[in-house]
Amino acid sequence: MDLNYSQDESAFRDEVRGWIKQNLPQDLREKIANYDELGREDLLRWHKILAKKGWVAPAWPKDFGGNDWNVVQRYIFEEECGFAGTPPLIPFGLSMCGPVILRFGTPEQKKRFLPGIYNGDVFWCQGYSEPGSGSDLASLKTKAERQGDHYVVNGQKIWTTLGHIADWIFCLVRTDSTLSKRQEGISFLLIDMKTPGITVRPLILMDGGHEVNEVFFDNVKVPAENLIFEEGKGWTVAKYLLGHERMNTGRIGASKRELAKLKEFAAKQTGDDGKPLIEDSRFRDKLTRVEVELMALEITNLRFLDQMRRSGQPPGADVSMLKIKGTEIQQALTELSMQAVGPMAQPFKSVANDPDFDEFTAGLAPRYCNFRKTTIYAGSNEIQRNIISKMTLGL
Amino acid sequence: MNFDYNEEQQLLADSVRRFLAKDYGFEARKKIVASKDGWSPAVWAQLAEMGLMGLPFSPDHGGFGGGAVDLMGVMEAAGDAMLVEPYLATVGLGAQFVARAGSDAQKKAILPAVVEGKLKMAFAHTEKGSRYNLSKVAAQAKKAGSGWEISGEKFVVLGAPSADTFVVSANTDKGLSLFLVKKESAKVKAYVTLDEQRAGDVSFSKAPGEMLGAEGGALPVIEEVMDFATALICAEAVGAMKFACDTTLEYLKTRKQFGVTIGTFQALQHRMVDMFVSYEQAKSMACLAASKFDSATDAKDRARSISAAKIKIADNCRHISQEAIQLHGGMGMTDEMKVSHTFKRLTMIAQQFGDAEHHLARFAKLS
Repeated sequence: MDLNYSQDESAFRDEVRGWIKQNLPQDLREKIANYDELGREDLLRWHKILAKKGWVAPAWPKDFGGNDWNVVQRYIFEEECGFAGTPPLIPFGLSMCGPVILRFGTPEQKKRFLPGIYNGDVFWCQGYSEPGSGSDLASLKTKAERQGDHYVVNGQKIWTTLGHIADWIFCLVRTDSTLSKRQEGISFLLIDMKTPGITVRPLILMDGGHEVNEVFFDNVKVPAENLIFEEGKGWTVAKYLLGHERMNTGRIGASKRELAKLKEFAAKQTGDDGKPLIEDSRFRDKLTRVEVELMALEITNLRFLDQMRRSGQPPGADVSMLKIKGTEIQQALTELSMQAVGPMAQPFKSVANDPDFDEFTAGLAPRYCNFRKTTIYAGSNEIQRNIISKMTLGL
Repeated sequence: MNFDYNEEQQLLADSVRRFLAKDYGFEARKKIVASKDGWSPAVWAQLAEMGLMGLPFSPDHGGFGGGAVDLMGVMEAAGDAMLVEPYLATVGLGAQFVARAGSDAQKKAILPAVVEGKLKMAFAHTEKGSRYNLSKVAAQAKKAGSGWEISGEKFVVLGAPSADTFVVSANTDKGLSLFLVKKESAKVKAYVTLDEQRAGDVSFSKAPGEMLGAEGGALPVIEEVMDFATALICAEAVGAMKFACDTTLEYLKTRKQFGVTIGTFQALQHRMVDMFVSYEQAKSMACLAASKFDSATDAKDRARSISAAKIKIADNCRHISQEAIQLHGGMGMTDEMKVSHTFKRLTMIAQQFGDAEHHLARFAKLS
C-alpha cells in the first residue's frame, strides 16, 4: 500500500502546477480569489490558453485535440486547476456536447461543431431541465415537430446555466408523444441561440447572482441536420452524456484552497475572548472535522482512481459518493467562512458604492447562500443516493 | 499510488478470515466469551501458528518485520469476527514497547516467547483521572538495589487478567519511565468490558520492576506505541463497520413489512447509502493511519495523521453502529443478533485510545 503519487505522477503534478502558475493571468487569479462573478470573456480566455497548450480536452481523441493522459493525470490536472484557483472550464461544450458529437455525430457535424467547442469560439449551454421535470428528466415536454427539412420547437427549459451568454444550446426535445414509454420519442437537438423565437429570461438567485435562466422556445425553426443520432433516440444520447463525467466531481483541489484560505482569515478574526478565532476550540473543532472529511475524501477518490486505472472500467456509482461528500464539504466551508466573520456577515451591498465597503467580507454570506445549489444541481444528492442504492447496494 | 494489499498481506488476511469464519463464528465466540477466562488458548495457539504474533516483530526474534499496513488485513478480519483474544494488548501494545525501547537482552527474553504465543502482555498506563492524557501518571518507581519498585494504581488495563508480563508507566526522579513487571507482582481486579473483552484494574505495591528504555524518556515511546495501536483499532473498526453495513443491507433485502422488503423504502435506502459512504471514508482514513505510521519521518507528521484518522473513525463508528441498530429495528436490540455485539465494539472503539474530541484537540495542537 502506497498512498503517494509515483515519481512520474509527482513530476506531472509539478509540471502542471508550475505551468498554471506561469500562465494563469493575474487579473483572473484575483477575480477568483475575491469571488467575483466571471463573465464570458474571463471564462473563454482561460479556455483558450488551455486549448493552445493542448490541455483543454484531454479525454478527446488525439485527432480532435485530445492527449493521452490517463485517469490519474486527468485527475491531477483538474485538481491542480481547482487548487490554484483557475476559472472553471465550462463543461457544456467540452465534456457534454463535444463527447456526444464525437460518439454519435456525423462526419459533417464533427467538422462543423467540434473545432468551435475545442477552441472556445462557441459557448454552449444545456437544455435538459424543464419547469415540470427536475430530477425526473424523462418527463420533459418541450416539443419538436418535423416539418420538411426542419423541426419546429415549442416549449420551455429552465435552470439553463449561462444561457444568457451562450451561442448554442443542446436540447432534449420530444419528437413523439404517442409512445407509452416516456424514454422513447425523445431526440437530441442542437439549436443556435440566435434563432428567432428564443427568449432568455434571467432567474436571479438569492445571492443576487445571474447564473441560470429560463429559455422559451416559440415556433423555433431548427434545421434537421442539427439532430444528433436518430430521431427518438435522444435518451441513449442523454445517458451517454451523463456517464461522461469529469474526474473532479469531488472538487477536492478547490476545497483545499478554500480550507487554506479559511484558516488564514479565521486566524485574523478575533473571537469573543480577544484571541484569534482559530484558537477557539468550538470553531476549531468544526473546522477540523471538515478538514478530516476532506482528507478522507481525497484518499477515497484516489482509491477509486487506482481501481479505475487498473480495471480500465469507467467510474460507476462511486462518482455519486464523490458528489455527495464533495458538495457537503463545499457547503460546510462556505458556511464556516460566513460564521467566521460573525456579525460582519450581515452587510451585503453598499448603497452609495462606498469605496471602503468590504466587498470580500460582504461576499461570504451570499456565497454561503449560493452554495446551497451544490447539493441540488447535477443530480441532487438524493438522486445520487438513489443511484448508489440501486447500482452498488442492489436495493 | 497503490491501495491494494500486496500478495503476502492479502494471503494472510484471507487465511485469517478463513480461520475465523470456520472456528470463530458467532456461536463459537459466544462460548469463549462465556468461559471462565474469556479467551481461548486453542485459538491463541492457532493465531500464533499462523504467524500473527510475530508479524510486526523483527526476524531476529522470530518475527516477520512487518508494519502497521501488514497488520491491517488481520485487524479488519478481527473486527469482522470481533476477536476477544488479548491480541491487541500483547502484539499491539505490550510487546511493542519491548520491540521499540527494550535492550537487546529484554528483546531476546520476551519477543521470541511472544512470537511463539507463549507470553501474553498488557500495558498498564491509564490512571483514575488521567482520561486520555498520556503524560498524566501518578505511579511512582523507586530504586531498590539493582532494580526498581513500582507503586501505583492502573485502570482499564486491556488484557490484564491474562497478561504474564506488564509494561507499567511510572515516574522516577527523572520523569516518566517504563518498567516490566511480572504478573506475580501485580494485583488484578478483572472484569468483562462492554465489548466482551477482558480487562482489569491493576495495582502495584512496591512491585519489583525492570526498567524498559531510557529513564525519564518514556513519553515519546508511549505516544508512538499508542499511535500504532490506534492505527490497528482503526483497521479493526473498518472490519466491524463492514460487517455492520453488510448485515444491515442483507436485513433490508429480506425483512418484510407491509408485504414488501423494507429495502424498498427510500427512507431506509438513503440511510443505508450514508452508512456505506461512512464506511468508505473510514476505510480511507484507516489506510492513511497505517501507511503514515509506517512511512512518516517525524513524530508530528505521524501523530497528526493518526489523530485525523481517529476523529473520522470515532465519528463513523458511532454513525454506522447507531444506524445499523435502527435499521434492524427491535431485533437489533437483542443479544442474539451479532450486530448488537458489533454495535458495542464500535461504540468502545470510538472512545478507545482517545475519543474524537481528544483527537480534535491533539490535531489542532499539531497543525
